[in-house]
Amino acid sequence: MANLKTVSKKSKAQSMGMHTEVLTGRTQQKFFNPDEAENFYYFGTYDVDFNKRTELDVIDMTAPEANKEIDNLMSQGYGTIVIKNPQGKHSLGVGILNKLNLIFEGSLGYFGMGSCDGPIVRINGRVGWSCAENLMAGKVVIEKNAGSCFGAAIRGGDLICKGSVGARTGIDMKGGTIIIGGDAGAFTGFMMQRGRIIILGNVGINLGDSMYDGTIFVGGEIGSYGSDAVDAELTSSDQDWLKRKLKVAEIGENFDVSKMKKIVAGKKLWNYDNLEPTEKKGAI
Amino acid sequence: MCGIAGLIHRGKSSNVGSELQGMLQALKHRGEDSTGYALYGDTDGKNFIMRFKVGENVGEGSSSIMEDVSVYDERKKVVDQTLAEMGAKIIKEERTLPYSLRYELEYDAKDLLNFSQTIEAIPGVEILSMGKSLEVIKDLGNAKAVCDRYSLDKLVGTHAIGHARMATESGVDIKSAHPFWGYPFSDVSVVHNGQLTNYWNNRRVLENKGMRFMSECDSELIAVYIAQKMREGATLEEGMKDSLLGLDGVFTYFVATKDSLGMAKDTMAAKPLVLYESDDLVAMGSEEIAIRSVLPQEIETYDPFDGEVKVWQI
Repeated sequence: MANLKTVSKKSKAQSMGMHTEVLTGRTQQKFFNPDEAENFYYFGTYDVDFNKRTELDVIDMTAPEANKEIDNLMSQGYGTIVIKNPQGKHSLGVGILNKLNLIFEGSLGYFGMGSCDGPIVRINGRVGWSCAENLMAGKVVIEKNAGSCFGAAIRGGDLICKGSVGARTGIDMKGGTIIIGGDAGAFTGFMMQRGRIIILGNVGINLGDSMYDGTIFVGGEIGSYGSDAVDAELTSSDQDWLKRKLKVAEIGENFDVSKMKKIVAGKKLWNYDNLEPTEKKGAI
Repeated sequence: MCGIAGLIHRGKSSNVGSELQGMLQALKHRGEDSTGYALYGDTDGKNFIMRFKVGENVGEGSSSIMEDVSVYDERKKVVDQTLAEMGAKIIKEERTLPYSLRYELEYDAKDLLNFSQTIEAIPGVEILSMGKSLEVIKDLGNAKAVCDRYSLDKLVGTHAIGHARMATESGVDIKSAHPFWGYPFSDVSVVHNGQLTNYWNNRRVLENKGMRFMSECDSELIAVYIAQKMREGATLEEGMKDSLLGLDGVFTYFVATKDSLGMAKDTMAAKPLVLYESDDLVAMGSEEIAIRSVLPQEIETYDPFDGEVKVWQI
Protein backbone atom coordinates (compact mmCIF):
# COMPACT_ATOMS: atom_id res chain seq x y z
CA MET A 1 0.00 0.00 0.00
CA ALA A 2 1.16 3.53 -0.78
CA ASN A 3 2.14 5.91 2.02
CA LEU A 4 -1.24 7.49 2.66
CA LYS A 5 0.18 10.55 4.36
CA THR A 6 2.17 11.71 1.34
CA VAL A 7 0.29 10.63 -1.78
CA SER A 8 -2.25 12.73 -3.72
CA LYS A 9 -5.94 12.63 -2.83
CA LYS A 10 -6.83 10.55 -5.84
CA SER A 11 -4.16 7.97 -5.13
CA LYS A 12 -5.12 8.01 -1.47
CA ALA A 13 -8.77 7.30 -2.27
CA GLN A 14 -7.72 4.55 -4.67
CA SER A 15 -5.38 2.97 -2.17
CA MET A 16 -8.08 2.99 0.47
CA GLY A 17 -10.62 1.46 -1.88
CA MET A 18 -12.87 4.51 -1.43
CA HIS A 19 -14.18 4.63 -4.93
CA THR A 20 -17.06 2.96 -6.66
CA GLU A 21 -17.29 1.17 -9.94
CA VAL A 22 -20.37 1.71 -12.09
CA LEU A 23 -20.74 -1.36 -14.23
CA THR A 24 -23.15 0.01 -16.83
CA GLY A 25 -21.78 0.07 -20.32
CA ARG A 26 -18.13 0.95 -19.99
CA THR A 27 -16.69 0.56 -16.53
CA GLN A 28 -16.36 3.92 -14.81
CA GLN A 29 -14.75 4.81 -11.52
CA LYS A 30 -15.88 7.60 -9.23
CA PHE A 31 -13.45 8.93 -6.67
CA PHE A 32 -14.24 10.28 -3.25
CA ASN A 33 -13.00 13.80 -2.61
CA PRO A 34 -12.81 14.65 1.10
CA ASP A 35 -13.10 18.40 0.27
CA GLU A 36 -16.62 17.84 -1.08
CA ALA A 37 -17.89 16.02 1.99
CA GLU A 38 -20.60 18.62 2.61
CA ASN A 39 -22.02 17.93 -0.83
CA PHE A 40 -22.49 14.28 -0.12
CA TYR A 41 -25.85 12.93 0.91
CA TYR A 42 -26.88 9.42 1.81
CA PHE A 43 -28.51 8.05 -1.32
CA GLY A 44 -32.14 7.15 -0.83
CA THR A 45 -32.73 9.36 2.20
CA TYR A 46 -35.14 12.23 2.76
CA ASP A 47 -35.87 14.90 5.33
CA VAL A 48 -38.92 13.63 7.13
CA ASP A 49 -41.13 14.99 9.91
CA PHE A 50 -42.03 12.40 12.56
CA ASN A 51 -45.24 14.33 13.31
CA LYS A 52 -46.38 13.96 9.74
CA ARG A 53 -48.26 10.68 9.80
CA THR A 54 -50.07 8.59 7.20
CA GLU A 55 -51.50 5.12 6.65
CA LEU A 56 -50.87 2.77 3.76
CA ASP A 57 -53.07 -0.25 3.05
CA VAL A 58 -50.97 -2.81 1.15
CA ILE A 59 -53.56 -5.57 0.85
CA ASP A 60 -53.72 -5.31 -2.94
CA MET A 61 -50.08 -4.36 -3.48
CA THR A 62 -47.11 -6.52 -4.34
CA ALA A 63 -44.04 -6.11 -2.12
CA PRO A 64 -42.17 -3.95 -4.67
CA GLU A 65 -45.22 -1.72 -5.05
CA ALA A 66 -45.58 -1.35 -1.29
CA ASN A 67 -41.88 -0.59 -0.82
CA LYS A 68 -41.96 1.96 -3.62
CA GLU A 69 -44.94 3.65 -2.01
CA ILE A 70 -43.18 3.80 1.37
CA ASP A 71 -40.27 5.48 -0.40
CA ASN A 72 -42.67 7.85 -2.12
CA LEU A 73 -44.28 8.80 1.20
CA MET A 74 -40.88 9.48 2.75
CA SER A 75 -40.03 11.70 -0.20
CA GLN A 76 -43.15 13.71 0.69
CA GLY A 77 -41.82 14.17 4.21
CA TYR A 78 -43.93 11.61 6.08
CA GLY A 79 -41.96 10.50 9.13
CA THR A 80 -44.55 8.14 10.60
CA ILE A 81 -46.10 5.54 8.34
CA VAL A 82 -48.59 2.88 9.43
CA ILE A 83 -48.83 -0.14 7.13
CA LYS A 84 -52.20 -1.88 7.13
CA ASN A 85 -52.85 -5.49 6.05
CA PRO A 86 -49.33 -6.74 5.35
CA GLN A 87 -50.87 -10.27 5.39
CA GLY A 88 -47.56 -12.12 5.67
CA LYS A 89 -46.15 -10.68 2.44
CA HIS A 90 -42.43 -11.14 1.87
CA SER A 91 -39.74 -8.47 1.63
CA LEU A 92 -41.76 -5.58 3.01
CA GLY A 93 -39.92 -2.53 4.33
CA VAL A 94 -36.56 -3.47 2.86
CA GLY A 95 -33.72 -1.06 2.14
CA ILE A 96 -34.97 1.90 4.18
CA LEU A 97 -31.95 4.11 4.85
CA ASN A 98 -33.91 6.84 6.62
CA LYS A 99 -34.93 7.89 10.06
CA LEU A 100 -38.56 6.83 10.06
CA ASN A 101 -41.28 5.58 12.41
CA LEU A 102 -42.72 2.60 10.62
CA ILE A 103 -45.56 0.55 12.12
CA PHE A 104 -46.90 -2.66 10.61
CA GLU A 105 -50.43 -3.57 11.70
CA GLY A 106 -50.04 -7.30 11.08
CA SER A 107 -47.51 -9.96 10.22
CA LEU A 108 -44.68 -10.03 7.67
CA GLY A 109 -43.36 -12.94 5.63
CA TYR A 110 -39.73 -13.60 4.76
CA PHE A 111 -36.96 -10.97 4.58
CA GLY A 112 -39.01 -8.21 6.19
CA MET A 113 -37.03 -5.04 7.01
CA GLY A 114 -33.90 -6.37 5.30
CA SER A 115 -30.86 -4.13 4.75
CA CYS A 116 -32.24 -1.16 6.69
CA ASP A 117 -30.21 1.66 8.18
CA GLY A 118 -31.97 3.89 10.67
CA PRO A 119 -35.73 3.34 10.91
CA ILE A 120 -37.62 2.66 14.13
CA VAL A 121 -40.00 -0.17 13.30
CA ARG A 122 -42.77 -1.83 15.25
CA ILE A 123 -44.42 -4.96 13.87
CA ASN A 124 -47.68 -5.78 15.61
CA GLY A 125 -47.60 -9.36 14.43
CA ARG A 126 -45.18 -12.13 13.54
CA VAL A 127 -42.28 -12.17 11.10
CA GLY A 128 -41.03 -14.98 8.86
CA TRP A 129 -37.48 -16.07 8.09
CA SER A 130 -34.57 -13.66 7.91
CA CYS A 131 -36.21 -10.62 9.46
CA ALA A 132 -34.02 -7.51 9.48
CA GLU A 133 -31.16 -9.26 7.72
CA ASN A 134 -28.14 -6.95 7.44
CA LEU A 135 -29.69 -4.29 9.69
CA MET A 136 -27.15 -1.49 10.06
CA ALA A 137 -28.84 0.89 12.49
CA GLY A 138 -32.23 1.60 14.01
CA LYS A 139 -34.61 -0.47 16.05
CA VAL A 140 -37.01 -3.22 14.99
CA VAL A 141 -39.54 -4.53 17.53
CA ILE A 142 -41.67 -7.62 16.84
CA GLU A 143 -44.61 -8.04 19.16
CA LYS A 144 -45.16 -11.77 18.46
CA ASN A 145 -42.92 -14.61 17.22
CA ALA A 146 -40.24 -14.72 14.55
CA GLY A 147 -39.00 -17.36 12.13
CA SER A 148 -35.51 -18.71 11.58
CA CYS A 149 -32.39 -16.70 10.71
CA PHE A 150 -33.72 -13.79 12.75
CA GLY A 151 -31.24 -10.91 12.45
CA ALA A 152 -28.89 -12.74 10.12
CA ALA A 153 -25.66 -10.80 9.52
CA ILE A 154 -26.82 -7.62 11.26
CA ARG A 155 -24.15 -4.97 11.69
CA GLY A 156 -25.84 -2.69 14.17
CA GLY A 157 -29.10 -1.53 15.70
CA ASP A 158 -31.46 -3.28 18.09
CA LEU A 159 -33.61 -6.18 16.96
CA ILE A 160 -36.21 -7.22 19.50
CA CYS A 161 -38.67 -10.12 19.40
CA LYS A 162 -41.06 -10.27 22.32
CA GLY A 163 -42.07 -13.86 21.50
CA SER A 164 -40.00 -16.87 20.45
CA VAL A 165 -37.72 -17.22 17.45
CA GLY A 166 -36.69 -20.12 15.20
CA ALA A 167 -33.27 -21.59 14.45
CA ARG A 168 -30.00 -19.80 13.59
CA THR A 169 -30.90 -16.50 15.22
CA GLY A 170 -28.06 -14.00 14.75
CA ILE A 171 -26.25 -16.22 12.29
CA ASP A 172 -23.14 -14.45 11.02
CA MET A 173 -24.01 -11.26 12.94
CA LYS A 174 -21.32 -8.61 12.94
CA GLY A 175 -22.65 -6.12 15.45
CA GLY A 176 -25.78 -4.77 17.10
CA THR A 177 -28.02 -6.41 19.67
CA ILE A 178 -30.69 -9.09 19.33
CA ILE A 179 -33.11 -9.49 22.24
CA ILE A 180 -35.55 -12.40 22.51
CA GLY A 181 -38.31 -12.42 25.10
CA GLY A 182 -39.18 -16.10 24.67
CA ASP A 183 -37.24 -19.14 23.49
CA ALA A 184 -34.76 -19.50 20.61
CA GLY A 185 -34.11 -22.50 18.36
CA ALA A 186 -31.02 -24.49 17.41
CA PHE A 187 -27.74 -22.94 16.27
CA THR A 188 -28.44 -19.55 17.83
CA GLY A 189 -25.43 -17.30 17.25
CA PHE A 190 -24.01 -19.63 14.63
CA MET A 191 -20.74 -18.14 13.32
CA MET A 192 -21.46 -14.80 14.96
CA GLN A 193 -18.58 -12.38 14.70
CA ARG A 194 -19.55 -9.47 16.89
CA GLY A 195 -22.54 -8.08 18.74
CA ARG A 196 -24.71 -9.42 21.52
CA ILE A 197 -27.67 -11.76 21.75
CA ILE A 198 -29.95 -11.82 24.79
CA ILE A 199 -32.43 -14.67 25.22
CA LEU A 200 -34.68 -14.58 28.27
CA GLY A 201 -36.10 -18.07 27.69
CA ASN A 202 -34.61 -21.40 26.70
CA VAL A 203 -32.35 -21.99 23.75
CA GLY A 204 -31.91 -25.07 21.54
CA ILE A 205 -28.91 -27.19 20.66
CA ASN A 206 -25.52 -25.99 19.40
CA LEU A 207 -25.65 -22.53 20.92
CA GLY A 208 -22.94 -20.26 19.56
CA ASP A 209 -21.55 -22.91 17.26
CA SER A 210 -18.32 -21.74 15.58
CA MET A 211 -18.70 -18.22 16.93
CA TYR A 212 -15.70 -15.96 16.31
CA ASP A 213 -16.53 -13.31 18.85
CA GLY A 214 -19.51 -11.56 20.43
CA THR A 215 -21.51 -12.46 23.51
CA ILE A 216 -24.67 -14.44 24.15
CA PHE A 217 -26.71 -14.10 27.35
CA VAL A 218 -29.27 -16.80 28.18
CA GLY A 219 -31.88 -16.66 30.93
CA GLY A 220 -33.28 -20.20 30.60
CA GLU A 221 -31.98 -23.66 29.77
CA ILE A 222 -29.40 -24.35 27.06
CA GLY A 223 -29.98 -27.40 24.82
CA SER A 224 -26.25 -27.79 24.19
CA TYR A 225 -23.18 -25.71 23.45
CA GLY A 226 -21.81 -25.56 19.95
CA SER A 227 -18.20 -25.92 18.96
CA ASP A 228 -16.02 -23.10 20.39
CA ALA A 229 -18.76 -21.71 22.68
CA VAL A 230 -17.87 -21.55 26.36
CA ASP A 231 -19.23 -20.04 29.57
CA ALA A 232 -17.80 -16.76 30.82
CA GLU A 233 -18.16 -14.82 34.04
CA LEU A 234 -21.19 -12.52 34.19
CA THR A 235 -19.74 -9.26 35.50
CA SER A 236 -21.55 -6.44 37.24
CA SER A 237 -21.08 -4.23 34.20
CA ASP A 238 -22.70 -6.97 32.10
CA GLN A 239 -25.66 -6.93 34.46
CA ASP A 240 -25.95 -3.15 34.31
CA TRP A 241 -25.86 -3.26 30.54
CA LEU A 242 -28.47 -6.04 30.43
CA LYS A 243 -30.84 -4.13 32.74
CA ARG A 244 -30.46 -0.98 30.68
CA LYS A 245 -30.94 -2.79 27.40
CA LEU A 246 -34.00 -4.73 28.53
CA LYS A 247 -35.59 -1.55 29.80
CA VAL A 248 -34.98 0.29 26.56
CA ALA A 249 -36.29 -2.72 24.66
CA GLU A 250 -39.53 -2.67 26.72
CA ILE A 251 -38.99 -6.32 27.48
CA GLY A 252 -38.20 -8.20 30.67
CA GLU A 253 -37.62 -5.06 32.67
CA ASN A 254 -38.03 -6.99 35.91
CA PHE A 255 -36.05 -10.01 34.74
CA ASP A 256 -33.41 -11.19 37.21
CA VAL A 257 -30.33 -10.70 35.04
CA SER A 258 -27.97 -11.89 37.77
CA LYS A 259 -28.96 -15.50 37.00
CA MET A 260 -28.26 -15.26 33.29
CA LYS A 261 -25.53 -17.32 31.66
CA LYS A 262 -22.91 -15.61 29.55
CA ILE A 263 -21.48 -17.46 26.56
CA VAL A 264 -18.49 -16.33 24.51
CA ALA A 265 -16.09 -17.75 21.93
CA GLY A 266 -13.63 -20.14 23.52
CA LYS A 267 -10.81 -19.22 21.19
CA LYS A 268 -9.97 -15.82 19.76
CA LEU A 269 -9.01 -15.91 16.15
CA TRP A 270 -5.48 -14.87 15.27
CA ASN A 271 -5.28 -11.16 14.37
CA TYR A 272 -9.06 -10.91 14.60
CA ASP A 273 -8.93 -7.45 16.24
CA ASN A 274 -6.85 -5.99 13.42
CA LEU A 275 -9.58 -5.89 10.84
CA GLU A 276 -9.21 -2.18 10.15
CA PRO A 277 -5.63 -1.17 9.34
CA THR A 278 -4.46 1.78 11.42
CA GLU A 279 -3.30 3.49 8.25
CA LYS A 280 -6.90 3.83 7.14
CA LYS A 281 -8.02 5.27 10.45
CA GLY A 282 -5.16 7.78 10.42
CA ALA A 283 -5.92 8.92 6.92
CA ILE A 284 -9.58 9.57 7.73
CA MET B 1 -37.39 -25.45 -3.01
CA CYS B 2 -40.99 -26.86 -2.86
CA GLY B 3 -43.80 -25.79 -0.58
CA ILE B 4 -46.07 -27.80 1.66
CA ALA B 5 -49.35 -26.96 3.31
CA GLY B 6 -51.87 -28.73 5.47
CA LEU B 7 -54.89 -28.12 7.62
CA ILE B 8 -57.17 -30.05 9.93
CA HIS B 9 -60.61 -29.04 11.16
CA ARG B 10 -61.35 -30.44 14.55
CA GLY B 11 -64.94 -31.38 15.25
CA LYS B 12 -66.33 -30.32 11.89
CA SER B 13 -65.97 -30.61 8.14
CA SER B 14 -65.19 -27.88 5.68
CA ASN B 15 -64.46 -27.28 2.04
CA VAL B 16 -60.90 -28.60 2.35
CA GLY B 17 -60.39 -28.93 -1.41
CA SER B 18 -60.88 -25.23 -1.96
CA GLU B 19 -58.98 -24.26 1.18
CA LEU B 20 -55.93 -26.33 0.27
CA GLN B 21 -56.03 -24.99 -3.27
CA GLY B 22 -55.77 -21.46 -1.88
CA MET B 23 -52.89 -22.41 0.41
CA LEU B 24 -50.91 -24.17 -2.31
CA GLN B 25 -51.56 -21.47 -4.87
CA ALA B 26 -50.11 -18.95 -2.41
CA LEU B 27 -46.95 -21.09 -2.43
CA LYS B 28 -46.72 -21.52 -6.19
CA HIS B 29 -43.52 -19.44 -6.35
CA ARG B 30 -41.85 -22.30 -4.47
CA GLY B 31 -42.44 -24.59 -7.42
CA GLU B 32 -45.13 -25.35 -9.96
CA ASP B 33 -43.71 -28.34 -11.79
CA SER B 34 -46.42 -30.37 -10.15
CA THR B 35 -48.99 -30.02 -7.38
CA GLY B 36 -50.56 -32.70 -5.29
CA TYR B 37 -53.46 -32.97 -2.88
CA ALA B 38 -54.22 -35.56 -0.22
CA LEU B 39 -57.82 -34.89 0.72
CA TYR B 40 -59.70 -36.66 3.49
CA GLY B 41 -63.30 -36.39 2.42
CA ASP B 42 -66.54 -37.12 4.21
CA THR B 43 -67.60 -40.63 3.23
CA ASP B 44 -69.74 -43.35 4.76
CA GLY B 45 -66.58 -45.41 5.26
CA LYS B 46 -68.01 -48.54 3.65
CA ASN B 47 -66.15 -48.63 0.37
CA PHE B 48 -62.54 -48.13 -0.61
CA ILE B 49 -61.61 -45.25 -2.87
CA MET B 50 -58.75 -46.11 -5.17
CA ARG B 51 -57.08 -43.34 -7.13
CA PHE B 52 -54.71 -44.72 -9.73
CA LYS B 53 -53.04 -43.85 -12.96
CA VAL B 54 -52.52 -45.89 -16.11
CA GLY B 55 -50.04 -43.49 -17.66
CA GLU B 56 -48.25 -40.20 -17.23
CA ASN B 57 -49.12 -36.65 -18.15
CA VAL B 58 -46.86 -36.08 -21.13
CA GLY B 59 -47.78 -32.42 -21.57
CA GLU B 60 -45.42 -29.48 -21.66
CA GLY B 61 -42.61 -29.72 -19.15
CA SER B 62 -43.07 -33.41 -18.51
CA SER B 63 -40.04 -35.69 -18.40
CA SER B 64 -42.16 -38.73 -19.27
CA ILE B 65 -42.06 -40.65 -22.51
CA MET B 66 -44.98 -40.17 -24.89
CA GLU B 67 -47.25 -43.21 -25.16
CA ASP B 68 -50.10 -44.05 -27.49
CA VAL B 69 -53.29 -43.23 -25.57
CA SER B 70 -54.72 -46.62 -26.55
CA VAL B 71 -52.40 -48.31 -24.04
CA TYR B 72 -54.29 -46.55 -21.25
CA ASP B 73 -57.48 -48.36 -22.22
CA GLU B 74 -55.61 -51.65 -22.41
CA ARG B 75 -54.19 -51.15 -18.93
CA LYS B 76 -57.57 -50.16 -17.54
CA LYS B 77 -59.09 -53.35 -18.91
CA VAL B 78 -56.42 -55.43 -17.19
CA VAL B 79 -57.00 -53.56 -13.92
CA ASP B 80 -60.75 -54.18 -14.14
CA GLN B 81 -60.17 -57.85 -14.83
CA THR B 82 -57.66 -58.18 -11.98
CA LEU B 83 -60.02 -56.46 -9.55
CA ALA B 84 -62.79 -58.87 -10.51
CA GLU B 85 -60.46 -61.84 -9.99
CA MET B 86 -59.63 -60.55 -6.51
CA GLY B 87 -63.29 -60.14 -5.64
CA ALA B 88 -63.28 -56.34 -5.69
CA LYS B 89 -66.51 -54.90 -7.10
CA ILE B 90 -66.40 -51.52 -8.82
CA ILE B 91 -69.28 -49.48 -7.40
CA LYS B 92 -68.46 -46.23 -9.13
CA GLU B 93 -65.96 -45.31 -11.81
CA GLU B 94 -64.68 -41.87 -12.78
CA ARG B 95 -62.14 -41.16 -15.46
CA THR B 96 -61.23 -37.52 -15.17
CA LEU B 97 -58.36 -37.76 -17.63
CA PRO B 98 -57.30 -40.56 -19.98
CA TYR B 99 -54.51 -41.57 -17.59
CA SER B 100 -56.18 -40.86 -14.25
CA LEU B 101 -58.99 -42.84 -12.65
CA ARG B 102 -61.00 -43.00 -9.46
CA TYR B 103 -62.79 -46.18 -8.41
CA GLU B 104 -65.07 -46.81 -5.50
CA LEU B 105 -64.58 -50.43 -4.57
CA GLU B 106 -66.57 -52.84 -2.51
CA TYR B 107 -63.78 -55.03 -1.26
CA ASP B 108 -63.06 -57.00 1.87
CA ALA B 109 -59.41 -56.02 2.20
CA LYS B 110 -57.63 -58.66 4.23
CA ASP B 111 -54.22 -57.95 2.78
CA LEU B 112 -53.80 -54.55 1.22
CA LEU B 113 -50.14 -55.26 0.51
CA ASN B 114 -51.01 -58.24 -1.69
CA PHE B 115 -53.84 -56.28 -3.31
CA SER B 116 -51.56 -53.38 -4.20
CA GLN B 117 -48.76 -55.60 -5.42
CA THR B 118 -51.17 -57.44 -7.71
CA ILE B 119 -52.58 -54.26 -9.22
CA GLU B 120 -49.19 -52.59 -9.58
CA ALA B 121 -47.75 -55.69 -11.23
CA ILE B 122 -49.66 -54.48 -14.29
CA PRO B 123 -47.08 -52.47 -16.29
CA GLY B 124 -47.69 -48.73 -16.26
CA VAL B 125 -50.23 -48.83 -13.42
CA GLU B 126 -49.65 -47.10 -10.10
CA ILE B 127 -52.05 -46.72 -7.20
CA LEU B 128 -51.89 -43.12 -6.00
CA SER B 129 -53.98 -43.80 -2.93
CA MET B 130 -56.15 -46.44 -1.38
CA GLY B 131 -58.38 -45.70 1.54
CA LYS B 132 -61.86 -45.15 2.83
CA SER B 133 -61.43 -41.41 3.18
CA LEU B 134 -58.13 -40.49 1.50
CA GLU B 135 -57.89 -39.37 -2.11
CA VAL B 136 -54.50 -38.42 -3.56
CA ILE B 137 -54.71 -36.27 -6.66
CA LYS B 138 -51.49 -35.08 -8.25
CA ASP B 139 -50.55 -33.81 -11.64
CA LEU B 140 -48.31 -31.36 -13.45
CA GLY B 141 -48.92 -27.64 -13.05
CA ASN B 142 -49.75 -25.27 -10.23
CA ALA B 143 -52.41 -25.70 -7.57
CA LYS B 144 -55.18 -23.95 -9.45
CA ALA B 145 -54.51 -25.82 -12.68
CA VAL B 146 -54.64 -29.20 -10.93
CA CYS B 147 -57.67 -28.20 -8.86
CA ASP B 148 -59.56 -27.09 -11.96
CA ARG B 149 -58.53 -30.16 -13.92
CA TYR B 150 -59.87 -32.53 -11.25
CA SER B 151 -62.71 -30.30 -9.90
CA LEU B 152 -61.39 -30.47 -6.35
CA ASP B 153 -62.77 -27.18 -5.09
CA LYS B 154 -66.08 -28.72 -4.00
CA LEU B 155 -64.57 -31.52 -1.93
CA VAL B 156 -65.74 -31.43 1.68
CA GLY B 157 -63.77 -33.14 4.42
CA THR B 158 -61.94 -32.78 7.69
CA HIS B 159 -58.29 -32.45 6.74
CA ALA B 160 -55.86 -32.26 3.87
CA ILE B 161 -52.19 -31.95 3.01
CA GLY B 162 -50.61 -30.80 -0.22
CA HIS B 163 -47.42 -30.03 -2.04
CA ALA B 164 -46.19 -27.57 -4.66
CA ARG B 165 -43.12 -29.08 -6.27
CA MET B 166 -40.00 -27.75 -7.85
CA ALA B 167 -38.39 -30.89 -9.25
CA THR B 168 -34.80 -31.40 -8.09
CA GLU B 169 -34.12 -35.01 -7.13
CA SER B 170 -36.19 -36.67 -9.84
CA GLY B 171 -38.19 -35.99 -12.97
CA VAL B 172 -41.20 -33.82 -13.71
CA ASP B 173 -43.86 -36.49 -13.67
CA ILE B 174 -46.81 -37.68 -11.63
CA LYS B 175 -44.96 -40.62 -10.11
CA SER B 176 -42.43 -38.23 -8.51
CA ALA B 177 -45.05 -35.74 -7.39
CA HIS B 178 -46.21 -35.56 -3.80
CA PRO B 179 -48.19 -36.55 -1.76
CA PHE B 180 -47.05 -40.13 -1.46
CA TRP B 181 -49.38 -42.81 -0.27
CA GLY B 182 -48.12 -44.64 2.84
CA TYR B 183 -48.24 -47.94 0.96
CA PRO B 184 -49.69 -50.38 1.89
CA PHE B 185 -51.59 -48.64 4.68
CA SER B 186 -55.07 -47.46 4.03
CA ASP B 187 -55.53 -43.67 4.30
CA VAL B 188 -51.90 -42.68 5.02
CA SER B 189 -50.22 -39.91 3.00
CA VAL B 190 -47.03 -37.84 3.20
CA VAL B 191 -45.70 -34.55 1.82
CA HIS B 192 -42.15 -33.34 2.28
CA ASN B 193 -40.02 -30.25 1.80
CA GLY B 194 -36.29 -30.86 1.95
CA GLN B 195 -33.64 -33.32 0.91
CA LEU B 196 -32.81 -36.73 2.33
CA THR B 197 -29.19 -37.77 2.08
CA ASN B 198 -29.42 -41.43 3.11
CA TYR B 199 -32.15 -42.34 0.65
CA TRP B 200 -30.43 -45.22 -1.09
CA ASN B 201 -29.22 -46.89 2.12
CA ASN B 202 -32.69 -46.76 3.61
CA ARG B 203 -34.32 -47.81 0.36
CA ARG B 204 -32.21 -50.97 0.14
CA VAL B 205 -33.07 -51.92 3.72
CA LEU B 206 -36.78 -51.27 3.24
CA GLU B 207 -36.97 -53.08 -0.10
CA ASN B 208 -35.41 -56.10 1.58
CA LYS B 209 -38.31 -55.95 4.04
CA GLY B 210 -40.83 -56.13 1.18
CA MET B 211 -41.69 -52.43 0.83
CA ARG B 212 -42.14 -50.90 -2.64
CA PHE B 213 -40.84 -47.68 -4.18
CA MET B 214 -42.51 -46.29 -7.27
CA SER B 215 -40.16 -43.38 -7.96
CA GLU B 216 -36.62 -42.25 -7.23
CA CYS B 217 -37.91 -39.24 -5.33
CA ASP B 218 -36.24 -39.08 -1.91
CA SER B 219 -39.47 -37.89 -0.33
CA GLU B 220 -41.16 -41.20 -1.04
CA LEU B 221 -38.77 -42.69 1.51
CA ILE B 222 -40.58 -40.90 4.34
CA ALA B 223 -43.91 -42.52 3.47
CA VAL B 224 -42.31 -45.94 3.15
CA TYR B 225 -40.18 -45.48 6.28
CA ILE B 226 -43.14 -44.57 8.47
CA ALA B 227 -45.35 -47.24 6.92
CA GLN B 228 -42.69 -49.83 7.77
CA LYS B 229 -42.49 -48.58 11.37
CA MET B 230 -46.27 -48.89 11.62
CA ARG B 231 -46.08 -52.40 10.20
CA GLU B 232 -43.68 -53.19 13.02
CA GLY B 233 -46.24 -51.96 15.55
CA ALA B 234 -45.31 -48.31 16.10
CA THR B 235 -47.95 -45.62 16.33
CA LEU B 236 -47.87 -42.79 13.81
CA GLU B 237 -46.24 -40.45 16.32
CA GLU B 238 -43.65 -43.07 17.33
CA GLY B 239 -42.82 -43.67 13.69
CA MET B 240 -42.38 -39.98 13.08
CA LYS B 241 -40.14 -39.53 16.12
CA ASP B 242 -38.04 -42.47 14.99
CA SER B 243 -37.66 -40.87 11.57
CA LEU B 244 -35.79 -37.92 13.09
CA LEU B 245 -32.92 -40.31 13.79
CA GLY B 246 -33.36 -42.68 10.87
CA LEU B 247 -33.59 -40.08 8.12
CA ASP B 248 -30.54 -37.98 7.37
CA GLY B 249 -30.75 -34.59 5.72
CA VAL B 250 -32.95 -31.55 6.04
CA PHE B 251 -36.69 -31.87 6.06
CA THR B 252 -40.06 -30.74 7.19
CA TYR B 253 -42.84 -33.18 6.44
CA PHE B 254 -46.52 -33.80 7.11
CA VAL B 255 -48.21 -37.15 7.53
CA ALA B 256 -51.95 -37.61 7.52
CA THR B 257 -54.09 -40.59 8.42
CA LYS B 258 -57.85 -41.11 8.39
CA ASP B 259 -58.30 -39.15 11.60
CA SER B 260 -55.04 -37.31 12.28
CA LEU B 261 -52.46 -34.93 10.92
CA GLY B 262 -48.83 -34.73 12.01
CA MET B 263 -45.71 -32.67 11.34
CA ALA B 264 -42.02 -33.33 11.89
CA LYS B 265 -39.01 -31.09 11.55
CA ASP B 266 -35.39 -32.21 11.31
CA THR B 267 -32.92 -31.61 14.12
CA MET B 268 -31.26 -28.70 12.32
CA ALA B 269 -34.57 -26.95 11.58
CA ALA B 270 -33.23 -26.19 8.14
CA LYS B 271 -36.57 -26.17 6.38
CA PRO B 272 -39.31 -23.67 7.07
CA LEU B 273 -42.68 -24.22 8.64
CA VAL B 274 -45.20 -21.79 10.06
CA LEU B 275 -47.95 -23.11 12.27
CA TYR B 276 -51.30 -21.85 13.46
CA GLU B 277 -53.12 -23.83 16.12
CA SER B 278 -56.52 -23.28 17.70
CA ASP B 279 -59.19 -25.49 19.27
CA ASP B 280 -61.05 -25.99 16.02
CA LEU B 281 -58.41 -25.55 13.33
CA VAL B 282 -54.72 -26.24 12.72
CA ALA B 283 -53.20 -24.77 9.58
CA MET B 284 -49.57 -24.92 8.55
CA GLY B 285 -47.40 -24.21 5.58
CA SER B 286 -43.93 -23.41 4.36
CA GLU B 287 -44.78 -19.72 4.50
CA GLU B 288 -47.27 -17.62 6.41
CA ILE B 289 -48.96 -16.47 3.21
CA ALA B 290 -50.33 -20.00 2.81
CA ILE B 291 -52.10 -19.73 6.16
CA ARG B 292 -53.28 -16.23 5.31
CA SER B 293 -55.23 -17.58 2.38
CA VAL B 294 -57.60 -19.31 4.82
CA LEU B 295 -57.18 -17.00 7.82
CA PRO B 296 -56.78 -13.42 6.62
CA GLN B 297 -57.36 -11.92 10.07
CA GLU B 298 -54.49 -11.28 12.47
CA ILE B 299 -53.62 -14.56 14.18
CA GLU B 300 -50.92 -16.07 16.37
CA THR B 301 -48.46 -18.16 14.36
CA TYR B 302 -45.06 -19.62 15.16
CA ASP B 303 -42.23 -21.73 13.80
CA PRO B 304 -41.94 -25.18 15.38
CA PHE B 305 -38.47 -25.83 16.79
CA ASP B 306 -35.81 -28.28 15.62
CA GLY B 307 -36.65 -31.94 16.11
CA GLU B 308 -40.28 -31.18 16.90
CA VAL B 309 -43.04 -33.70 16.18
CA LYS B 310 -46.71 -32.89 16.61
CA VAL B 311 -49.85 -34.86 15.87
CA TRP B 312 -53.44 -33.60 15.95
CA GLN B 313 -56.69 -35.57 15.84
CA ILE B 314 -59.84 -34.49 14.01
